Amino acid sequence: MTAQILYAFFTVLLGVGGCFGYFYGSNWLLDRTFPANANNDASAVRNLRIQANIRPWLFLGPALLLLSVYLIFPVIQTVYLSFHDRAGDKYVGLANYKWAFYDDQFRLSIFNNILWLAVVPALCTLMGLIIAVLTDRLWWGNLAKSLIFMPLAISFVGASVIWKFVYDYRGEGQQQIGILNAIVTYFGGDPQVWIALPFWNNFFLMAILVWIQTGFATVILAAALRGIPEDTLEAATIDGAGPFKIFFRIMVPQIYGTILVVWTTITVLVLKIFDIVLTMTNSQWDTSVLANLMFDWMFRGGGDFGRGAAIAIVIMVAVLPIMIWNIRQANAEQKGH
Amino acid sequence: MFKKFSLEPSRIALNLAVLLIIGLWTFPTAGLLISSLRDKNDIAASGWWTALSSANVNKKTHLKDMADQVEKDGKFTISGNVFEGADAVSGKVSAFGTKVQAPGENAAGANAALDGGQSLVVNPDGSYVLSSPTAFTADNSGIRVFYISSQPPRFTLENYQTVLFSEGIGRSFINSLTVTIPATIIPILIAAFAAYALAWMKLPFRGLIIAIIVGLLVVPLQMSLIPLLKLYNAAGTFMGVPSKTYLGVWLAHTGFGLPFAIYLLRSYIAGLPKDLIESAQIDGANDFKIFRRVVLPLCFPALASFAIFQFLWVWNDLLVAIVFLGSGPDQLVLTGKLNALLGSRGGNWEILTASAFVTIIVPLTVFFSLQRYFVRGLLAGSVKGG
Amino acid sequence: MANIKLTNINKSYGSHHIIKDVSLDIKSGEFIVFVGPSGCGKSTLLRSISGLDQVSSGTMEIDNAVVNDVPPSKRGIAMVFQSYALYPHMSVFENIGFALENQGLPRAEIKKKVEAVGEMLQLTTYLTRLPKALSGGQRQRVAIGRAIVRGAKVFLFDEPLSNLDAALRVQMRMEIAKLKRDLPNTTMVYVTHDQVEAMTMADRIVVLQAGRVMQVGTPMELYENPNSVFVAGFIGSPKMNFITGKPADKLKAKTIGVRPEHFEFSKTATDISGTLDYTEVLGSDSFLYVSTPTGMLTVREPGRTQYKTGQKLHLKPIAEHVHRFGPDDNRL
Ligand SMILES: Nc1ncnc2c1ncn2[C@@H]1O[C@H](COP(=O)(O)OP(=O)(O)O)[C@@H](O)[C@H]1O
Ligand SMILES: [Mg+2]
Repeated sequence: MTAQILYAFFTVLLGVGGCFGYFYGSNWLLDRTFPANANNDASAVRNLRIQANIRPWLFLGPALLLLSVYLIFPVIQTVYLSFHDRAGDKYVGLANYKWAFYDDQFRLSIFNNILWLAVVPALCTLMGLIIAVLTDRLWWGNLAKSLIFMPLAISFVGASVIWKFVYDYRGEGQQQIGILNAIVTYFGGDPQVWIALPFWNNFFLMAILVWIQTGFATVILAAALRGIPEDTLEAATIDGAGPFKIFFRIMVPQIYGTILVVWTTITVLVLKIFDIVLTMTNSQWDTSVLANLMFDWMFRGGGDFGRGAAIAIVIMVAVLPIMIWNIRQANAEQKGH
Repeated sequence: MFKKFSLEPSRIALNLAVLLIIGLWTFPTAGLLISSLRDKNDIAASGWWTALSSANVNKKTHLKDMADQVEKDGKFTISGNVFEGADAVSGKVSAFGTKVQAPGENAAGANAALDGGQSLVVNPDGSYVLSSPTAFTADNSGIRVFYISSQPPRFTLENYQTVLFSEGIGRSFINSLTVTIPATIIPILIAAFAAYALAWMKLPFRGLIIAIIVGLLVVPLQMSLIPLLKLYNAAGTFMGVPSKTYLGVWLAHTGFGLPFAIYLLRSYIAGLPKDLIESAQIDGANDFKIFRRVVLPLCFPALASFAIFQFLWVWNDLLVAIVFLGSGPDQLVLTGKLNALLGSRGGNWEILTASAFVTIIVPLTVFFSLQRYFVRGLLAGSVKGG
Repeated sequence: MANIKLTNINKSYGSHHIIKDVSLDIKSGEFIVFVGPSGCGKSTLLRSISGLDQVSSGTMEIDNAVVNDVPPSKRGIAMVFQSYALYPHMSVFENIGFALENQGLPRAEIKKKVEAVGEMLQLTTYLTRLPKALSGGQRQRVAIGRAIVRGAKVFLFDEPLSNLDAALRVQMRMEIAKLKRDLPNTTMVYVTHDQVEAMTMADRIVVLQAGRVMQVGTPMELYENPNSVFVAGFIGSPKMNFITGKPADKLKAKTIGVRPEHFEFSKTATDISGTLDYTEVLGSDSFLYVSTPTGMLTVREPGRTQYKTGQKLHLKPIAEHVHRFGPDDNRL
């Protein structure tokens, strides 16, 4: 065991040290090669200029390299494959996209994705905002926020186990071990197979993501609320505004930027949503979403890379407008200061 | 402005509302925690919330058969106890019966008349006496009895023992740390340098690079697995090294984590006061020095918040580890180990529940130790004066 | 010792032409003040001198060497920012010593120099503190200390006093004036939008408007001989009065300018008559606001005034102090 720990320790040290080593080493080398403290002022100035031209790429280099290998290369590959047949060697033009357009499963997935998009970001942000406002004035508010945040630390596998204890179904007459059915039967209703109810089961899956992501929204919005100058609230109170008016007319406009950031972040996450559907229903009972459909075509029975790739491209193109909007927003902010 | 302690009705309502929400948010996890402490048969037999109070459980047993009959004064009796094992100490019978349809027909201690002149008494402590005027035969002995037993809460650490002492789990724990620590630190470092360059350094195509990086946020991870796997295998063969290495998985996690890291850190670093950076420039510091001495210390909160995200993501990841790491004992990570444990034991709930908690402990510790920086870090860029 | 020479400097941000053909000759050891309304390009011009911004065209010389392509750290300048720009995570000592550290000086020497500067600025007891534990004036001094310690030939100040309250501002003004006396060889360029600061501190003032130099001169030159309506109106407090119409026509000018202290009262009706609207009594002076057909005029009277609100007043400019401006707003 000790040997293993030592081995792991050195491996970690090597990895992290290598990374530090690159940055220190390359910058040291640059400073050595083009010394800026040279006595000759003219050459020092020239060296400084050379340094200024090279250094940004030393800083950016590793990031650009890794991004190219791990994201850009696969994206290009996928674009290429989306125009080819299942084995990836015959050009088929837009056939995969055409197929997707007429495929029932694809349409269903798009519909479900839109449903997720309409519900989850809004609900998370709203809940986050409400909780942030409510806990802001409680002495145990931080504890409360930590509890709300906790689901974020739980793996998707863990979360799906947790929620199976909520949605579990046992035949009529048997004792229910899922709390939702237990409550329903307690009030005299019939137990339901919640995650197999077409259409509505989407919402039961969404509840899980809302449960996970609300903590994220809460923590960020709470911090933004903290940043609102107290005197604007006091002024509003003196002007006779009630708590709701203060909330909607004074607080929300001041943290509008943060609200949008939270909403966008969760939207991007939702468009890529995959794990929850995989672990809870495995796309059965009409719960399929795009990422899962893609996964099925790429890795499962489908085995048609072209179609999987086409779906992946659709996902990326769908998120793009949100990203463009986000960049605009970021640029506007950049100009602001 | 707002007093923190007071007893106005509105404050009581506020506290109650928050309590309600907290309750709503924690009860699923509470269910998991309680379930993980229950007996594995109980988990599947009754709801976890029943474990907290004495529960009435319908049970059935077969009484002893003719071999155990005793004759006394012309009457034949069979006696014994309906409880077995652990139930004998804690269980308490409240009612019993001999028909499925009416398991609680007779109160405990009452004398129930059965067919053929037989009678049965089951006492609260589980002891029973079955008596008959005639000798028991194979046909009319060993009968089934249904009873309602009320059981006090019963918890066990057995599930945790199963998970924690299963072979190789300690090793997997170390493997997980070996993956997670560099896969958290390396992207932070690389992203912070890149973010600084994109925020403050003069370079061509800056806007384009930023746009591409933000755009890469949308790439679904699952999509890149196969192209990368092929690449790894090719590289491994080409260089004559194994294709599944820790280095490989660190770099993969780094690559996947970079867009978010750069996005987050750049907005924070760009939000630092311009005067500060320029003042350092005039003071004769080069960009490496400015980064090390001025920017890095000041963006610690942002680094911490990204560290939390990346740590949670890598620690809880299964997919990337499966694809880029081997499944031998020297490379199997915790999530993979638990997954294997589940597979070999047929999706047992007790393993799932206990192991879910085992994996949560480390990220929770990380979260709680870094959370005070977390808030400040995320805030930057989106809120002025954060 | 370093002079600064700007020749036909232009600076644009995209299509925005911010600095328009500025030429200036700043003598070695001079205290020169850039003054002008907010947004006129003072900071931009200062930053061009510092090298933080590149000029679009023109030649920038410091100490007789062209520095257009020289980065800030090699220009021999020091800069004091409006926000002070102290490194919040470094102690006062580290803040002041950072530049020396970057020059690669040995520790002992850094310590000696920083302590000397600390003594000069009365910061000795605060050297171990973080900036957030200092008062506004102390922070300002640390910012100045950072400039002094490097022994720079040129100091650049960008509105260094605008974050201070009025009383402290007066005190720091005197301290900077003293600093100038203590460092007679250092050229100082000081940016402000406050003409009082400009008048009290400058050897010479450069008045800027919309990226152009309107006039350069000593404070008294600008006060007495403003060469345009803009400069005349900008220098002096309260503002100079501008009168058009018949009184101006009489002097063959489009506009005449009369400072508040340059009016006489006449018993008989004059070209400039009006009613006293409002009086401000400051003790040493009184300001009378007189509404006339050509507009509201301000008149300064030493001591108290005997005039009552609503009273009819007849004003007569003192002839030798009347400034005449032509149709192009330039001095005639
Ligand atoms: N980085 C920049 N990009 C575009 N315009 C700028 C930039 N910096 C300053 N400006 C513009 O240049 C003009 C002059 O600014 P500045 O020199 O800061 O004025 P001030 O005289 O108040 O110091 C302003 O109109 C300002 O909007
Ligand atoms: Mg300015």
